[in-house]
Parts: sequence; C-alpha cells; structure tokens
Amino acid sequence: MEHIRLPKAENVRLLNRLSPRRSCVGTLYLTATHSIYVESETQVRSETWVLHSLICRLEKQVNTSTGSPLLIHCKNFQVLHFVFPQEQDCVHIQASLQRLSQPEQYEELYCFSYKPNVDEADRKEEWSFLNLKAEYRRLGIPNSLWKSSPVNQSYKVSDTYPAELYVPESATQQVIVGSSKFRSRGRFPTLSYYCKDNQAAICRSSQPLSGFSARCLEDEQLLEAIRRSNPRSDFMYVVDTRPKLNAIANRAAGKGYENEDHYSNIKFQFISIENIHVMRSSQQKMLDVCELRTPSMANFLEGLEGSGWLKHIKAVLDAGVFVAKAISEEGASVLVHCSDGWDRTAQVCSVACVLLEPYYRSLKGLMVLIEREWVSFGHKFSHRCNHLDGDSKEVSPVMDQFLECVWQLTEQFPCAFEFNERFLIAVHHHMYACQYGNFVGNNQRERQQLGLRDKTHSLWKHLWDTKGDYINPLYRTDNCQSQGVLRPSTAPYCFKFWSGLYNRFDRGMHPRQSVEDYLMAVREETVQLEEQLASHKEQIEKLENKPEWTGEAEEGPPLSWGLAPGGFVPQAGTPQDYSGGFIASSPCQQRSPVDGLAFTPPQNQTSEADLSVGSEQESGIADVSFNSQLSEEGPGEPDPDDAAYSAA
Amino acid sequence: MFSECVVPVGIFLSAHQGLVLQVMEFAELIKTPRVDGVVLHRPFMPTVEGTLCLTGHHLILSSRQDNTEELWLLHSNIDSIEKRFLGSLGTIIVKCKDLRMIQLDIPGMEECLNIGSSIEALSTLDSVSLMYPYFYRPMFEVIEDGWNSFLPEDAFKDLEAMTDEWRLSEVNRDFRVCTTYPPLVAVPRDVDDDTLRKAAGFRHGGRFPVLSYYHKKNGMVMMRSGQPLTGTNGRRCKEDERLINATLRPGKRGYVIDTRTISVAQQAKARGGGFETEANYPQWRRIHKAIERSNVLQDSLVKLVEACNDQSHSMDRWLSKLEASNWQTHVKEILTTACLAAQCIDREGASVLVHGTEGTDSTLQVTSLAQIILDPACRTIQGFQGLVEREWLQAGHPFAQRCSMSAYSNSKPRHEAPGFLLFLDCVWQVLRQFPCSFQFTEQLLVLLFEHAYASQFGTFLGNSAAERVRLSLPEKTVSLWSWVNRPQEIDHLSNPLYEPNSLVIWPSVAPQSLLLWEGVFLRWNRSPRCQEEAHEEMVHIIEYNKELQNKVNSLRRQLAQLETQEPPLQTP
Repeated sequence: MEHIRLPKAENVRLLNRLSPRRSCVGTLYLTATHSIYVESETQVRSETWVLHSLICRLEKQVNTSTGSPLLIHCKNFQVLHFVFPQEQDCVHIQASLQRLSQPEQYEELYCFSYKPNVDEADRKEEWSFLNLKAEYRRLGIPNSLWKSSPVNQSYKVSDTYPAELYVPESATQQVIVGSSKFRSRGRFPTLSYYCKDNQAAICRSSQPLSGFSARCLEDEQLLEAIRRSNPRSDFMYVVDTRPKLNAIANRAAGKGYENEDHYSNIKFQFISIENIHVMRSSQQKMLDVCELRTPSMANFLEGLEGSGWLKHIKAVLDAGVFVAKAISEEGASVLVHCSDGWDRTAQVCSVACVLLEPYYRSLKGLMVLIEREWVSFGHKFSHRCNHLDGDSKEVSPVMDQFLECVWQLTEQFPCAFEFNERFLIAVHHHMYACQYGNFVGNNQRERQQLGLRDKTHSLWKHLWDTKGDYINPLYRTDNCQSQGVLRPSTAPYCFKFWSGLYNRFDRGMHPRQSVEDYLMAVREETVQLEEQLASHKEQIEKLENKPEWTGEAEEGPPLSWGLAPGGFVPQAGTPQDYSGGFIASSPCQQRSPVDGLAFTPPQNQTSEADLSVGSEQESGIADVSFNSQLSEEGPGEPDPDDAAYSAA
Repeated sequence: MFSECVVPVGIFLSAHQGLVLQVMEFAELIKTPRVDGVVLHRPFMPTVEGTLCLTGHHLILSSRQDNTEELWLLHSNIDSIEKRFLGSLGTIIVKCKDLRMIQLDIPGMEECLNIGSSIEALSTLDSVSLMYPYFYRPMFEVIEDGWNSFLPEDAFKDLEAMTDEWRLSEVNRDFRVCTTYPPLVAVPRDVDDDTLRKAAGFRHGGRFPVLSYYHKKNGMVMMRSGQPLTGTNGRRCKEDERLINATLRPGKRGYVIDTRTISVAQQAKARGGGFETEANYPQWRRIHKAIERSNVLQDSLVKLVEACNDQSHSMDRWLSKLEASNWQTHVKEILTTACLAAQCIDREGASVLVHGTEGTDSTLQVTSLAQIILDPACRTIQGFQGLVEREWLQAGHPFAQRCSMSAYSNSKPRHEAPGFLLFLDCVWQVLRQFPCSFQFTEQLLVLLFEHAYASQFGTFLGNSAAERVRLSLPEKTVSLWSWVNRPQEIDHLSNPLYEPNSLVIWPSVAPQSLLLWEGVFLRWNRSPRCQEEAHEEMVHIIEYNKELQNKVNSLRRQLAQLETQEPPLQTP
C-alpha cells in the first residue's frame, strides 16, 4: 500500500484505439494488486481491471490539449491508453504503477495474496492434481531400461534440475556425476520422453563443456548408455538446437558441442533456433505491428516479415518435427540440447511430444507436458516473464513460442486436440499473471524454498475445474488426426499470424461468430436431449407395460423444450440467441466475459462487475478501420463532411 | 473438383457419344488421339497408369484396373502446359485455370509432342460455338431451368412489394441504348425513357445510372453506372443530373463512390471520361477509393499463385512474395469500399451511386459485396445465385474476356482480370468472420470460381446479356443453376451452421482479419483431409442433435397420447 501515491484519479479518459468514438470517461482506482477503471455515465456499470503483475511497460506520452496520456502495455498484449486531465495525477499514477508492477520480492506477487474461497485441505489437494511420477509410470518408466536416479535429490548435482530424474539402467552414479561436471550448470543428459512402442527416447541436457578439445569419459559413457537403452537402434541423434555459429562461438568459452569422433555411434545435427535475445526483439517488432493504428495490408505484411516472428516459430516446429521423425520413423533416440537446456531444449522436446503422442494433445496431457518439460526441468519463468524487477535481458517469449507452435498445429489439425485456443491463451495469461504459484520461480529448488505449495494455489486444478470453457467440440479420439503421430506441413504458408493472442483485446478484429461456441452450445443441448430421451422412454415403458400404474412415480423432468409446432425453443446459450449477441447494434452494449480468461477477481467482488476489458467492439461498424475517417463526427450527424470520407 | 470429379462420369460418357458427331471439326487438331502407358501424377492422390485419350473437349485418362480411376479434364480448364523430355520419356505438366497442376508422363517423344500441341490448340479455341457447353447434354433431370430462375422481372416484383418509387424500363429492349445492360432495368418511376437515353449518352458505354439495391430498412438505394463523360471541358448533362437526383429524398444528400483515386479519375478526363463535379451535382458528395484496374489485378493473381507454388521453404521469401503480390491489399481495398457504401446507406441514411470507369468491374465488386453485408437474402444459396446473376451476369461483367486466362497462362493478358475471383475472395472473408450467417459453405464460392473459368454449363459464356441472346445460350446450353439447384447439390453446398441472421453484418477489414483464401490458393498444396474431417464432424454434431430433437418430439407426442388414452392415470 505504501507504493500507492494516488489511490484514485477522476475524469480519466480511456481511449479506444480502433474506434475513438467508443472512448469513455471514468475514474481510475489503484489497489494493491489491481488498477480498476470504472466508467462513469453508463447505465451498466462497466469496469476494466488490470492486474499489476501483468503490466510490462508504462509509456508516458507528451501532453496534448486534452491532458496527459499514459499507455499501459500488458504482458497479455492488452494496451490501455489513458488520458489524465491533470498532469500531476498522471505522474503519480505512473510512478505508483511502475513500482506496483515490478515487485522486488517474490512475496509481493499476487499469488501470495490471492485467497479464493477454498479451504486448506482442498488447496493442498490442488497441488496433487498433476503427478509427474504417475506421468513417468504412464510412459512405462521405470522399466528394465530406465531407472529413477536419486542423484539430484537435494539438488546437489544440478540446482536447476528436478529432484526426480530418470537415467539409463546402466548409468552409475559416478558416470552421472562425471557427466554433470562436463555439462553447463550440471544439466547432464536425462530422460524427457520414452516411446513405449519402440523404446526410443528423447533425452535432454545442456551443452557439453568441450571447448576446443576437452572430452569427458563419463559423458561419453552416459550417451552410450542412452543409446543402449534403445536396443533396436545402433545409433542415436544429438541435436543441438542452436545456430552452428553460436555453438562454435561457445567453444571459445570452454563450452560447445559434441565431437562425433569422441562419442560412438552418434549422429550430430544442428537445427538452428535463435537465442532468447533475438526472440525478444522479434516479438517486440511484431507487437509494434499489431499496435499500428490503421495499418495498410502492406504495412502489416512487411512488418510481420520484418519481425521474423513466424520464421522463428517455423524453426521451432521444424526442430520438433525432426525429433519426432527420428523417434517414430527411425526408432532412434535423440538427445536435445541448446546452451543451458532450459529454453530451446524445452521447446523442441515438448513440440516433439505433442507431435508424437495423442495424450499430449488432451487437456490434461498438455498440462502434464508443461509441468514436466517446462516447470520441472527449470525453464526460468521468473526471469523470462519478468515476474520481479530484474534484468530485462533475461526476458524472452520462449514459452509463448511453444504455445504458438501448438496453436499452429491446432489450425492444421482441427480435430486432433481436446483443448481449444482459449486454453492456450489462458495458460499464456496465467504464466504472466502470477495469480497461481505454478509459474513463479525459476526452478524446482526455488519453488520449494518459496513454499509455493504451502502458500499459493495451483492453476492446473482451476483450469480443470473450468474445463467446459476449454473443450474443442471437434475433438474426437477415434479419428485419424487424433491417433498416432502428427505429420504437419511446415511450408511457410501453413503458418498464420495468431491474432487471437496478439490482438486478443482487439475484439473487433476477430470473427464475430464462433463456430466453436456454436458447436459447444449444440453439444450441450444434445446432452440434455439425450437425458430427456431416456426419461421419456422410461415413462412410455411404464405407461405401456403397467396399465395398472397409478402414478406413484414422480413426473419426469419438466418439459423445458416446449412443443411448439416449429420444434422446441432452445434455452439461453443456444445458437438462436447467439448471433444476435454477437452483432448487437448498440455500440455501447457490453458483452459479459465469455472467455473465462479475464482473470478471476478477488472473491468479494460484486458479480455484476464486467471483468472483460472495456474495449468491447461487438457491433462492428465502428471498429472497421475504414470508419476511422468517419468517426470524427458525432453519431447521427445528418451531413457528414465530404472530407471525412475522401481518402484524398 | 466439380468440373469433372463430382459430376458423375456417365454425364461425360454420353456427352462423349454425342461428340463423335462433332469430332470432325476437331480431328485435324488431334494428331494422336490415344496413348497407352501414360502415368498421371496429381496432388495428394495416388499415381495412376492408364490410357490417355484426347477428344474435342476433354483430356481423359483411364486406367485398366477395376477401380477405374479416371481423369476427365476440360481442355478449356487448361491454362498452359509445360513439356519436358528425359530420353524418350516425355512429361507434360498441365496447369489448370482452377490452379491445379497435374503431370503426365508420356512414353514416346512424338506422342508427347503431338499431345502437347493438341492440348494447346484445343484449350485455346477462339470460337464460342465450339465450346463444350454447346455439346454437353445433361444426364440429370432439370427440375427448374436455371435460365429462367433469376429473371429481372421477377426480381422487380420483390421490389414492387416494397416501394412504388421505381419502374422497370424497357428502354434497352434491343440493347441499343446500352450494349452491356440487360433488356430490362429498374429506374426511378418519374424519369422517362427519353431522359434515360440522353443520360446514357453521357455515361461510359451507355451505362446510365440504374438501380442495384433497395435498402428496405430505410428506403435508401444503391445505383451503379459508368463514369460520366465530362471530358476536359467539363461537359454536363441535365438529364443525367435529373436522373440521379430523382433518387434522393427531399433535403437528403447522396454519395457518389468513385472506385478510382482522384488522380486516376482526373486522368480519365483526357480520354473523355471524368467524374461528377460538385458544381453540377450539389446534392452529392463524392468519395474516391483506390480499387485497381484489370491488368494490375491479373498481375497480382499471377504473382500470388507463383508465391504459393514457391518451393523454397523460406518464411521471409513467402511473406515478401505474398506482400509483393498485393492480392491481400486488393481484397482489403474492395471490401473496405463495399463497407463504406453499405455504411452510407445503412448508417448515414443516404443513397449511393457507385462507378469506376466502365462500371463493369470494380463497380460490381462494390455493389455486390455491399449487398452481402446489408441484405440477409443475399446470404442464402438462392439469394447468392440471384446476386451473381443480377450484379455480374446481367450487369454485364465481361466474363468471357476476363476469365479466358488464369494465373498460369503464358500469353500476354489482354482483357483478363480476376475481378470475379476477388469478389468471391471477399465473400469468403465475410463468411469466415460470420460463419453462421451464410446458408452456403465455401464450396459454393469455389464452384463458382471454377465454372467462371471453365465449365460444361453456358452460364458464364459471353460478355453481356446481349451476347448471350446472340449466342442463343439459353436455348443451346444448360445453365449452371439448373445443376446447382437440385436437392442433392444444394445439400452438398449447405452450411450446417446456418442460422438466418436478419442483421447487417459488418466485417473487420483490419489486415489481421483478412486471411489468404486457402480453399482456392493453397487447395492443391496440401491434403484436404484434415479440414474435411473437421467439416464432417461439424455436420455430425449438428445432425445428431437434430435427430435427437426429432426423437424427443415424437416420444413426447407418444407420451401425450398415452396419457390422454388413460385419463385416470393423469391424476395420481
């Protein structure tokens, strides 16, 4: 609270980027965790909530005649453009938010103060929703080829690795410890994924400390042990996911990559994915394009190309495809590494898993995969997502890219995934929001020290409990896309710009009717119909078989479907209501949040508060950019000025 | 897909028999009528070996195997071919107007050369009367003759039901006033035919302003015409002014949407054209937009298709080629202009006159798309056909000229332009944004694209209503609509998600909202299976729901009956 220099600013304007006509005036309140903007002069109470931990950048622009503008850029790609009538207010708010959005200590993060109405036993239970041990068991591990190793129980061998690790049966403690000393940060080769069908495995590690000529017997033995754990193949791949030049440069620093001459029966392969700094700047360039006010098609496509973003997404997916092919088609085991083995390695291993196994395309499967490859193996969420005030050079959208790869796959294989786009966006949102403890800290050891399991809530259980929002209606376990290995095309034209994420809050840009929501409503209705059908059948049977029936049995469920001649009238939430809601003609009309992504408010929040963002643009006309020329005039003005239309 | 795969082969067989009589006319063009041992490669289909036959209108490949896999390809669908030789094995790559590429491996150099030159000759026949539609006899029962499905007088009846301010003029009965207009056009009731004749003299190609669309909600209208022939010395025409002013309500203003930029419109003056000046049309506000002309669009299509076929696998190259093709820019510009026209009518409550230069290309893109946005009737299967008939075929879009070559042609384009394809692309964009508001699926759009470029039906032959009469198309050929409007075909094209939506639908024209139309441009680059599976699943979900509804309803009736039969049971 001591950081709030001004708890409330009045007469603040919130500008709508796409349609200035929709801008509104209201009051901005600062609380410890959220900024809340309440529109004045609307019949319906309309609020915009911004979680402070989601704020990534505050941009104070030069004063205009209308006041002092302040742009708030959020990590979930929302941009709020406020104009304060008093410059003093703007300065105070900016300073307060600057501090509030960049806590110096973990304890200040929202997850430590977020207390939903859940009792302690249930909270504890949340954390056992996912169990990695069970996941390895599902993979058939341990078995005669792979064993659990206690070597890192107290994080002594590698402080960024999890305590529970799986290694080849023949690998001795001495070999492992020896190998770990030859790998950056002690991240020795260990099991990531095991393919039950052909015994091929994906392993992961960091780079070897090979320099120009160094070698390590134990490391060579460990790789040999990994190869032997796949009795059907006489070689294994070692995939270095860095560009070759970067890997060579690392040799000068005593690091580097495996020399094929020193390791028996390995095939060494570079697959170049750029480093975190390139990715960070690429995403920023792409976001700059997304934020252009009225870009031409050429501006947009040039900007997209210039950002290089889709090229990087393609590189990650290409690498995943390479690993998946090696496993499924050649039956060869693969060791994947980059430099430290927690960014590109996590991307490639997890993309390969999604391609290889249908389970990871299910809701719970993807959660488990993220938990294993990202959380447990020490992807540095705190640094990459900038949870605390830290080094901006450590920030990078590595996990964003993984989620986007999965999204690109869902576009190519619309029936293969149990979850929908909203689920991926929800994971993205919560990765940055710090409302749940899952993505706080950089590795397992840190999370244990922070006592996250004792003090915070777990996201996975929350997502599971609300999974109705995240189901893809087209998913079927029995069609050919859902089964077996996915073989996506990685031709450049298969990659699309993900406006659902990067322009998430520019609702006017998205399709106004959602096929998915429509089908979900139909399916819900179908379930009710099935129940009715069963109950009707039962009643009819009773009436037919028991003429002496005297009606002691209860009436069936109330006839909610009506028997109008035109068929039944569907209830709320079914398709008929739906299209109207999407193209409501009143520009002020707000839709209640349907995406379930607007963060969950503190429990004491009144239910009518509209948590969705204030930039709702359902009616269409005012959002399309051609209108921006028109919109300078007031609505209903009879004679719009000629100049307003003419582009000239 | 529709040109030869979906149509039962039997249709072609019988047509082929009829063809034997005509074969003399083509005989000299077919040096080698058949070759054995030809291998066919098609995207995402297994390789087939069989016998290649050339007939006057088709390239046919049939295998000898039991599951006879056959290819029937209309010569008129062939845009260009490429020959390659490896020893005595020749290869012909056939590039089709529907953007598909197939490869034929032909043993024997002479055979290959002969086949190649025959295809080239047969696919570029100049005479309309030798076109396949004149030889094609339908094997299906024509329930409703498509040539009579969308007559102007019928459309006018609908208008009459809404307003009496318009009349149907026969001034163009014999196509003398305007060679590219239909015999009947809707004009303001108070304007006589003499005025129309004079106004026609003041408009490019005699295309005087006529009614395109009447917005029932507020009585505003959209008209279209050719450019006014003001020339450099600012000619004016009182009759033209009177004609368009007659469409305005008292005290109301209208908008003239000129699809050209102001500078292009200025330049047109030097060639006798021009635009409506404020001084002479004080009640009208002019808006200039920037829809490109034919040759630019054709070039754009060629570049786009080339980009899609680029094998380099480089993302930068793909994005830069996509951008350089400018195709998406054209889509955005056209759709934006249509939205603007619709906005003037619906939101500003103003009437609109749309024209470019001739009024047969960009004008029609704008007027037809605006109707998709404004009028729910145009989003039905029948309504959409009616729109295409009214705003493209009757309105005189020169299909024969525009669609004689597609993206692969080696010839220098003369009048070719993908204006209609761009319209379909824009409709697809709106359909994608409002997937539940259209009665038809993307398949109807793809079908129209295919048939506009090559067809067994006569619908898209000729350049205007006058030409269609002169060519006796209604008498001598079958209409595409006769085929499309059979129940099984309608079924195939129906959108399972359709819920009639009576509202105006405003699409987003932000670059992020406009995607490349994969269904046409990437159709042959990737397997359609996953998308088909998704569509089937969608249909399944909805069909199953309907089935249950019916069952529940019938059980409920049964239950009600049982209960009334046994009244004492009603009261426990």
